[in-house]
Amino acid sequence: MSLMSTARSRVADVVNLFATPLQASHYVELVNPLWSSHKLQARVEEVWDETADARTITLRPGRNWRRHRAGQHLRLGVPIGGRRFTRTYSISSSPERRDGCITVTVKVLDGGRMSGHLVRNLEVGTYLPIGLPQGDFVVPESTPVRPLFITAGSGLTPVMSMLRTWDIVGNMPDVAHIHYAPHRYDVIYGAELVELAARRPRYRYEAVLTREGGDGPSTARHFDRAQLDALCPDWMEREVWACGPQSLLAAVEQHFEAAGRSRFLHVERFRAALAEVPADAAGGRATFVIDGAPVSADADATTPLLRVAEDAGLNPEHGCRMGICHTCDIPLVAGRVRDLRTGDVIDEPGQLVQICISGAAGDCELALTAPAT
Amino acid sequence: MTNVLPIDLDPAVIEQLGHELDEIYDATIASLGERDERYIRRLIRTQRTLALGSRVAMLAGAAVRRRGLLRRKVGATGRRAGTALLGLGTAGLGLAKILENMEIGHNVMHGQWDWMNDPEINSTIWEWDTVCSADHWKHGHNIVHHTWTNVLGKDRDIGYEILRTTSEKPWNPVYLAQPIYNTLLALMFEWGVGLHELDFDKLASGTKEQKAEQLELFQGFLRKAARQAAKDYVLWPSLAGPGFVDVVIADTVANLIRNIWSYTIIFCGHFPDGVHLFDRSVIEDETRAGWYLRQLLGSANITGGPRFHVLAGNLSHQIEHHLFPDMPSNRYQQVAPRIEALCVRYGLPYNAGPLRRQFGTTIRKIWRYALPGGTDTVSEAPALRVA
Ligand code: FES
Repeated sequence: MSLMSTARSRVADVVNLFATPLQASHYVELVNPLWSSHKLQARVEEVWDETADARTITLRPGRNWRRHRAGQHLRLGVPIGGRRFTRTYSISSSPERRDGCITVTVKVLDGGRMSGHLVRNLEVGTYLPIGLPQGDFVVPESTPVRPLFITAGSGLTPVMSMLRTWDIVGNMPDVAHIHYAPHRYDVIYGAELVELAARRPRYRYEAVLTREGGDGPSTARHFDRAQLDALCPDWMEREVWACGPQSLLAAVEQHFEAAGRSRFLHVERFRAALAEVPADAAGGRATFVIDGAPVSADADATTPLLRVAEDAGLNPEHGCRMGICHTCDIPLVAGRVRDLRTGDVIDEPGQLVQICISGAAGDCELALTAPAT
Repeated sequence: MTNVLPIDLDPAVIEQLGHELDEIYDATIASLGERDERYIRRLIRTQRTLALGSRVAMLAGAAVRRRGLLRRKVGATGRRAGTALLGLGTAGLGLAKILENMEIGHNVMHGQWDWMNDPEINSTIWEWDTVCSADHWKHGHNIVHHTWTNVLGKDRDIGYEILRTTSEKPWNPVYLAQPIYNTLLALMFEWGVGLHELDFDKLASGTKEQKAEQLELFQGFLRKAARQAAKDYVLWPSLAGPGFVDVVIADTVANLIRNIWSYTIIFCGHFPDGVHLFDRSVIEDETRAGWYLRQLLGSANITGGPRFHVLAGNLSHQIEHHLFPDMPSNRYQQVAPRIEALCVRYGLPYNAGPLRRQFGTTIRKIWRYALPGGTDTVSEAPALRVA
C-alpha cells in the first residue's frame, strides 16, 4: 500500500518536472478547473432564492473534494471587485446526494459585502475556490440519538443537511426541532420542512415566528425555559444541537448550563468571538504567531508593525522598510491593520500585510514565519 | 560630478512633487478592480495555453520530420511541414517564456497583484520559468536595486558588476573585452540573472560565514537550474524519441529568443544616454520625495504600442515602474502621460525614446567605456523626449 503510494508520488514528481516551476495540475486546470489537484474549486451549477434575502447556491466541487458529514461547513472564496474574500458556510445538502453536488444557503447580513454579492450577483458557471469540509457539529453515526435542534435564521443550514440525510436513507430518528424566524416567509426551506414533518412522523417541527402577528419584535417569543417546556417537554432526555445568532446561542447555553446539561449541548457559531472593532480604533494589541507560538506587544496607531515586532524581540524578514519591495508581507490572521500611507484598513483574514508600512487599527494577529537562516 | 541634479529644485518643491506622485499612486490603487483581475488571469491562462500548445507543436513537428527522414514515407513536403511546425512551436515557446518572465513573473513578484488576495498570484509564492530562483531575484532586484536605484556602490545593477557603463567606474584592461562578454551576457541572460545574486569575491575569499552564505546561494541556484534544464533539455525532448535533438535545439532557441529580448528591454531601463547616476551622498537623509526624484532621473522609457508594452513586461514604462514598483503593470500606460506632464511642469527630464535610440545609446556606451576615460552624458533639458 505505502509502496504503491510512494511509487505513485514518484510518478507525480516526474510528471510535475515537465511543468516546473509549476505543477502538471496547473495545465490540467486549463482544460477543466474541477480536475486540478493543486487547488480545490467548485463550479456554480444553480442559484435559487429561498427568501427575499437568502439564496441557495448549488456547487459542484472539484476532484479533490472529500465527502462531508452532515452538519459540517466549508470555506468559500468569492472575488469581489477583483479581491478575494473568504467566508465559512454550513453545507445544507446531504452527503448522500446522488449528483455529488453540495449546496450552501447564504443570507444577506447587514453590511456583509460578501453575502450581499453571493445573494445578488453570483452567476452560474463561475468557479469559486473552496476548502475541504470541516467541523464537528455532527450527529454521531453509530449510536442512536434523540436530537433536539434549536435553530434560527440561516442557522438552519447544518441541521438541514442532517434531516435530508435521514430522509434519503430512511432512518429518521425521533427528532424535535424548534426554529426561529421573523415571519413565515422568512423561513428558508420553510415548505420543505413542513412537507418533511408531514411525511416523517418521527420528525416534529415547531416554527416560532418572532414578529408574526404583532408589530415589532416580541421578546415573549424568544427562547426561554417556559417556551422550551411547552414546545419540547422531554428536552431533558434529548441531546441538543443549536445554531443561530449569538444572542440565541447565549440564551441556550445559559439555560442548559443551569439545567446541568451542558454536556449534551453542541453549538455552531461562525462569528469569531472577537469583539467588533470600532471604525476609528487606533492602535491595539498586536500578536505575531511564529510556528504556532504567539508573541504579543502593544502597538500604537502610527508605529509600523515591523517596528513593533522588532521591539518585541522578533526578526521578521524585511528589505526596504518603505513599502517598495514586499519582502515583509505576512498574512493577517484576525483583527485590523491600517496602511499608514493610504489610511486604508485591512481586515480580511488571509490578506497580505506589508508590515513595514502598516500599523495596528485595533487588535490584530499576524502569521509570521521564522526568517530563513 | 554625478550627484548634481539636472535642475536646481528647492527641497520644498521636491516634497510637493512627491505629494503629487503619492496622489497619482493612491488614486490608481484605489481604482483597482475586476478589470485588472480579469487582465492578469486571462494573461496567465493565455500564457500557459501558449506554452503547452507550443510544446505539443514541437513534438508533432519533430515526429513528422523524423518519420520523413527514416522511413522516407513523408517526402520533402512532409519534412518541410514538420520543420515549420517545429519552428512555430519554438517561436511560441519563446513568446510564452517572454510573457511569463516579464509581464507576469517579474510583476507578480513585485507584489503588483497581492491586492487580489489570491493564494497563487502573489509575490510570496510565485516561482518563474527561468534558472533564477524567485527568492534570489526578490532580494537582488526588489530590495537592492529598487531601493538603491543608480546609487554608485549600492546598486549592483549598474553594469551588473561586470560591465563598465560610467566614467565613475575606474577602468582596467579587462573591460577591453566587455563588448564580447556583453554579447555573451545577452545570449545567456537567464544564467547571468540567475548568478547575479552571488558574490564570487566573497565565495572565494570572504569570512567563513560569507562563504557559507554564498555556498548556500549557489546551491539554491543549482537546484533551480537543474530542474529548469531537465525540463527543457531532457524531459520534453525525450518525448520526441528519435526527434530528441530536434526538440533540444528548439528549446535552446526558444530560451535564446527570451534571453535576447529580455536583455534588450532590461538594458534599456537604466543605461541609455541621459540616465543619471547618483553619489552615495544623495541618499543621506533622502525623503520619500527624494527617492521619487532619483527614480525619475535614473530610469528610461521605451516608446511603442500597447502590444509592445505587454511583450516588454511594461518595463518599457521603466520610469513609472520605478516610481510605483507595486502598481499593476497594466496601469502604467494610463499613468505615464500624467508623469510626463508632471515632469514638464517641474522642468524635469522624462527620458523616453524609441527602442533603437535607447538600445543604440546603451550599446554605444558599453563599447565606449571598454576604453579608459569617457564622459557621462546626462540630460539637462527639461522633459526631454528624444526623437
Ligand atoms: S520591507 Fe520592503 S515593503 Fe516592507
